[in-house]
Amino acid sequence: MPTRAVPPRPAADPATDARRAVMALAAAARVDELAPVEALAGPGVTDLRVPEIGLVMVRGRAGGSGRPFNLGEATVTRAAVRLAAGETGFAHVLGRDRLKARRAALLDALWAREALRPTLEAEILAPLAARLDAARRAEAEKAAATRVDFFTLVRGDD
Amino acid sequence: MYVAVKGGEAAIDNAHAWLADRRRGDRAVAEIAPDQIREQLTLAVDRVMNEGSLYDRDLAALAIKQSRGDLIEAAFLVRAYRTTLPRFGATEPLDTGAMAVARRISATYKDLPGGQILGPTFDYTHRLIDFALAADGEPPRAPTAPADAAAMPRVTDLLAGEGLLEADSPYDPEAPVGDLTREPVTYPAARDLRLQQLARGDEGFLLALAYSSQRGFGSTHPFAGEIRMGEVELEFDCADLGFAVPLGSITVTECQMVNQFAGSADAAPAFTRGYGLAFGHAERKVMAMALVDRALRTQELGGEVVAPVQDQEFVLSHADNIQATGFVEHLKLPHYVDFQAELGLVRKLRAEWTARREARDAAADTLADREAAE
Repeated sequence: MPTRAVPPRPAADPATDARRAVMALAAAARVDELAPVEALAGPGVTDLRVPEIGLVMVRGRAGGSGRPFNLGEATVTRAAVRLAAGETGFAHVLGRDRLKARRAALLDALWAREALRPTLEAEILAPLAARLDAARRAEAEKAAATRVDFFTLVRGDD
Repeated sequence: MYVAVKGGEAAIDNAHAWLADRRRGDRAVAEIAPDQIREQLTLAVDRVMNEGSLYDRDLAALAIKQSRGDLIEAAFLVRAYRTTLPRFGATEPLDTGAMAVARRISATYKDLPGGQILGPTFDYTHRLIDFALAADGEPPRAPTAPADAAAMPRVTDLLAGEGLLEADSPYDPEAPVGDLTREPVTYPAARDLRLQQLARGDEGFLLALAYSSQRGFGSTHPFAGEIRMGEVELEFDCADLGFAVPLGSITVTECQMVNQFAGSADAAPAFTRGYGLAFGHAERKVMAMALVDRALRTQELGGEVVAPVQDQEFVLSHADNIQATGFVEHLKLPHYVDFQAELGLVRKLRAEWTARREARDAAADTLADREAAE
């Protein structure tokens, strides 16, 4: 059966937006940048879903904004955990790194514990966001150096 | 027809061991690592991701190493790996308008909003072999300039605003999206299936078809309205969580081809469009794809199908190089039983032919003898 297109996204609430922002950082992180979650999560973590490698079908849109079509698949690893205190965390990240997916799920679970957020910000999220911003800026600056102005010349023969 | 054979295990094992030895090459030369391929042969990696139809740079790099640089073999390995994995779902359609642009050019607008960004391009190089690359030494870092956050609307959105360009098909979120990896294609095929097949199709095949249309076999009078390349964010509609989960970003290349007019009693003349989209930096691929996409729309735009590039079944059923190489290359596998049958047949035909020939010669001799006698 053809699969259904994704329904329009419901209006997100601020809590979901903040959680999605953390997930976006985790997805862009290197596995070592998420390492501090292991100690913060402590013992007694249950793997609700052992890290699993699979696929998502990446969709584009005809003409850029028209009808969706299936561009091709991408590898994704997903994981779900429950901390000893009961918080659950989920992760879906591009690639095939099981340890990264599990750490991203731990981060999502730890984020649910509000008292821990300043620690997460300081130890993981702020340095990660700073590195990603710098990398993005560096790329944008390289692109800017190749910005071109073409001049149309007047032909001399007519 | 292929009939299975037995035996040859030891020879096959030894052949594969020699293959591995050959793959390694001269052991006095350092072995190449997959991460070197990923970082330094990036356009080969992009091609394998497209034709393997799987975005995974590390996997494509490893496949290139395993295949000794045979990119179709590498795409085959990627396709085979893909079949071992479950599919979790589909992403939300990616938004190329929100791309972090590394390259963005237009052959139709000199002064487009957001500007023209050449990016890391082979364009305007002289195609002279650079012997310095064979020597040691690091290249300098890329130059930089202050970046602004100017919006970069798609050129087609600018033209569409004036009504000069046909609008994109309306987006119905409830409409099913065709998937040729799950259902065989039937003809005529809708545009979503055509674009999916072109996106995974062989770059060389699409290039030749696109070239054929430029040379007059189904011309579409194209302009490269816009080519852009850069990173886009992917989001996965996760049923467990009930919201769109950010997965990370991927690099894609997009081509908007603007083609000569179509109009009718109901619609004023407007430029028509062809679209190309591919993983990674794949400029030739998306340009060819956009030309072929537009040519495959000939019938819906009121044209007559006269050239191969306009023929859906011809294009779509021959675009996949994994299918093509499978069918072409299977000819080298043992066809002994089949060939024995053909051999028997041709022997029988030859015997019959010889018998007829001898009978005819005998009859001619008899006639000649009789004439001589008279």
